[in-house]
Amino acid sequence: MSKLICKCGHVNPEGSELCQACGRTLTEEAAKRKTNDVMRYEGMARRSQTYHTSIIDKVWNFFSSVKVGVWLIVITLVASAIGTIFPQEFFIPQNIPAVEYYEDRYGIAGKIYYVLGFHDLYGSWWYMLLVAAIGTSIIIASLDRGVPLYKALKKQRVERHDSFLKRQRIYSAYEAKGSQDTLNRLSEGLKKRRYKVRVENGSLLAEKNQFSRWGPYINHTGLIIFLIGAMLRFVPGMYVDEMLWIREGETEIIPGTGQEYLLKNEGFTLETYQEGDSEVFDETIQRTGAIAKNFQTDAILYKKDDNAIAGSTDNITEVDHHAIQVNVPMKFDQFALYQTDYIEDELYKMSFTMDSKETGEPVGSFTVDLFNPNTSGLYELNDGYAVEISGYYPDFSGFDDGEPQSVSPLPNNPAFLFNMISPEHPDGEVAFVAIQQNLEPLGENDYEISFNGIETRDISGLTVRKDLTLWILALGGTIFMFGVIVGSYWNHRRIWIKTDADSNLYAAGHTNKNWYGLKKDIAPAFEYAGLDQPDDHQELKESKGNAKEEDESGTTREHK
Amino acid sequence: MAQLASISSTLLYIAFLLYLVATVFFAGSIKSKKHTNQTGKNRWATIGITITLIGFASQLGYFFARWIAAGHAPVSNLFEFITFFAMMLVAAFIIIYFIYRLHILGVFALPVALLTIAYASMFPRDVSPLIPALQSDWLAIHVSTVAAGEAILSVSFVAGLIFLLKDIDLSKGGKQVFWLESVLFGIILVVGFVLSATVFSVAGYESEFTFVNAEDAETVVHYSMPALVTPNEGELLTEGAFSTGLEMHPLVNAPRLNTVIWSIGVGVILYLLIRLISRRKVAALFQPLVKKANLDMLDEVGYRSVLIGFPVFTLGGLIFAMIWAQIAWTRFWGWDPKEVWALITFLFYAAFLHLRLSRGWEGNRSAWLAVIGFVIIMFNLVAVNLIIAGLHSYA
Repeated sequence: MSKLICKCGHVNPEGSELCQACGRTLTEEAAKRKTNDVMRYEGMARRSQTYHTSIIDKVWNFFSSVKVGVWLIVITLVASAIGTIFPQEFFIPQNIPAVEYYEDRYGIAGKIYYVLGFHDLYGSWWYMLLVAAIGTSIIIASLDRGVPLYKALKKQRVERHDSFLKRQRIYSAYEAKGSQDTLNRLSEGLKKRRYKVRVENGSLLAEKNQFSRWGPYINHTGLIIFLIGAMLRFVPGMYVDEMLWIREGETEIIPGTGQEYLLKNEGFTLETYQEGDSEVFDETIQRTGAIAKNFQTDAILYKKDDNAIAGSTDNITEVDHHAIQVNVPMKFDQFALYQTDYIEDELYKMSFTMDSKETGEPVGSFTVDLFNPNTSGLYELNDGYAVEISGYYPDFSGFDDGEPQSVSPLPNNPAFLFNMISPEHPDGEVAFVAIQQNLEPLGENDYEISFNGIETRDISGLTVRKDLTLWILALGGTIFMFGVIVGSYWNHRRIWIKTDADSNLYAAGHTNKNWYGLKKDIAPAFEYAGLDQPDDHQELKESKGNAKEEDESGTTREHK
Repeated sequence: MAQLASISSTLLYIAFLLYLVATVFFAGSIKSKKHTNQTGKNRWATIGITITLIGFASQLGYFFARWIAAGHAPVSNLFEFITFFAMMLVAAFIIIYFIYRLHILGVFALPVALLTIAYASMFPRDVSPLIPALQSDWLAIHVSTVAAGEAILSVSFVAGLIFLLKDIDLSKGGKQVFWLESVLFGIILVVGFVLSATVFSVAGYESEFTFVNAEDAETVVHYSMPALVTPNEGELLTEGAFSTGLEMHPLVNAPRLNTVIWSIGVGVILYLLIRLISRRKVAALFQPLVKKANLDMLDEVGYRSVLIGFPVFTLGGLIFAMIWAQIAWTRFWGWDPKEVWALITFLFYAAFLHLRLSRGWEGNRSAWLAVIGFVIIMFNLVAVNLIIAGLHSYA
């Protein structure tokens, strides 16, 4: 490995642009480059700029390039935007196959969208690959720059070569101003501005907020931790996403908790805003109609005792008891229960009367629990009357071969085959009863069953969530945010002052950003030392175009 | 409470007028012959910033009066959010103004804020109650941080626009001239929207249609402008109202498209009138204002705004957003269109910073990026709510 030996005698590693001791430019290419570009990483040798031969070099160089990084960001950005043109697969109705939905609803554009896989864009292998590439780029680009930068900033020399000072954007030479007193005053003035000042052999280095240079590397670390956290989602056991539908009054095992926890729904409430709740809301309510105010499940959380039998709801202990609302989940162990959905007024109980056709009078009444009908015993009425359920069809859909059919176990359209027992008919008379349907399949009866009311109840839809990756994401997010703030709200500022044997003084300044702030920051020190403000050469360059106006205003730039 | 709500509206109106007056003073400050460097102390500018501060105080009054009247932070629908965004834009301008004392910024930043408030006022202005998902302290925290971040980022657009108006040589033509003129045309379109909406609203125009929606159900829609396009199988209910009978696909929100067509129509007429009367490009009309602008300073202000705004936006638009989403929607991230567009905004400004920091994109290029960034912010602010439905499309 070759070394670059500077005129000052310092041996620099291959690839260096500036001598790490005196700041002289080491190569002709570096001399041609803009000062800002050279100064960005202190003219240090970077792996990606030095080695280009092996496969590893090439991969390293590819990912360390900011140009590549920006392209990756832009491609991800455009892809993400495409994903919002039509709704993603998880937003479309669950009862229609995606392949049909997109074409039916959005026509040929929808079909193309589906065929290209954009309906599941964020879960696609190539989107994940893009994110992974960005992650790789962040790691490699940060190592490629951060490590040399750290080395350079840790061993800064106070004295720099004239050429180094001269090429800085803030630079002025002051003839015959280089006295010890001036240097002391500059030092004092800069210290007042909380610069760390080092003086050696008539040279001065003042520096502040070096830590802000680490901002990007800190935020990149945070991002990587965040991405790792996001990947951990796929590790079994880290993440639970279940739905618990629970009827009012019922106790159910909470899915995803390994049968350990149960929940009782004490009641579901849906409230809407009423006119008059607050007069300022009235106009909106009149314009848009009912607005939801609260979705709430009053819930009791139980934990199963150690000796309890799996699957049973006995031997349980109450752990928690409070309302679950939107924005107020119930938290326990590593889980949280969220109010996310509801179904109102599901049929729960049906009341009937058994009437005598002759008198039209009821001989008794009974209530059937649609979830637990008494099919093995009798509903005893008074005076020797009774009703027996000989068939129950909770979701009646019609007859098949004379046999009533039920399409689901849910009581959406309950139907019954009743056997009505009366003193006249001790063996009973058969009646088929469904909503708005009354059949007497075995001939004319003396008695009939009629509806006498229904009882309904609501069903709460609760999301069961466990996410063990949250703390890693929070850690990554915090580090990221910290890094962004450090890198954005502070600036690394340095001032180099040099005096030569002829008592000339040279001043140069550099900052990674916010030049305006740097100039304002150092102005009092220069004033205190009795020196003109050093020139900003970028401004001077631009001012040439405005030379005419400069003349008019009567200002000229000149140095004593 | 109703009285407080009405005081609140009056305060917003006062703020609007004051911003307008302040703009005139800022324009006076850059015209003033004494001040060639466009910064520092200047009597016109001092009056301008004072009026701006009073206007801002008035708008703060609007904000808190409405907060008390409604019982929740007034950032819960499009009118409230966009108004708040405008307030943050003025706040960001004030902060940047006191750092750099750049008068010309006021000449452009305040009109953008004015137009934003005017635009916001086209949406329903009633105080509305909070749906359960919004009933959280995070509403105020998340929304105000996002708006503040976006507003600070928008200052970089203002600086970038001034930069480009001065930097681009209009006589030479070319792509940059075309796009600069397009940006100004876009602003005129917003004026067109405000103008047409205001005229029809003052005239009290309203019509109703029944139509068949995408789910094959019959529904009623309101039009607040004469119907140039009508909804799918739409039938006019209002007697004497105008209708072309030009039916749209059921997926198209016909009254919204109608509004867009009117805005574009009025905007184009406005633009052509300006061109005809002045016989110059709109960009050229602004050039006397920017003649003395200091490009270096504008570039710095633009970059600084991004540096200040980016962390604020990231905190509000991603971090606070994720925390609240975890509480309200059970997951911190769910690829809701608004979330995705917040990510896109974040990625865009991340790219901006990388290009600037590591690839030396300064001056002209940086100014263009600031303009594109603002377009993305506006798209997320407006279009995502109006065009792409999702969890965020309230109001």
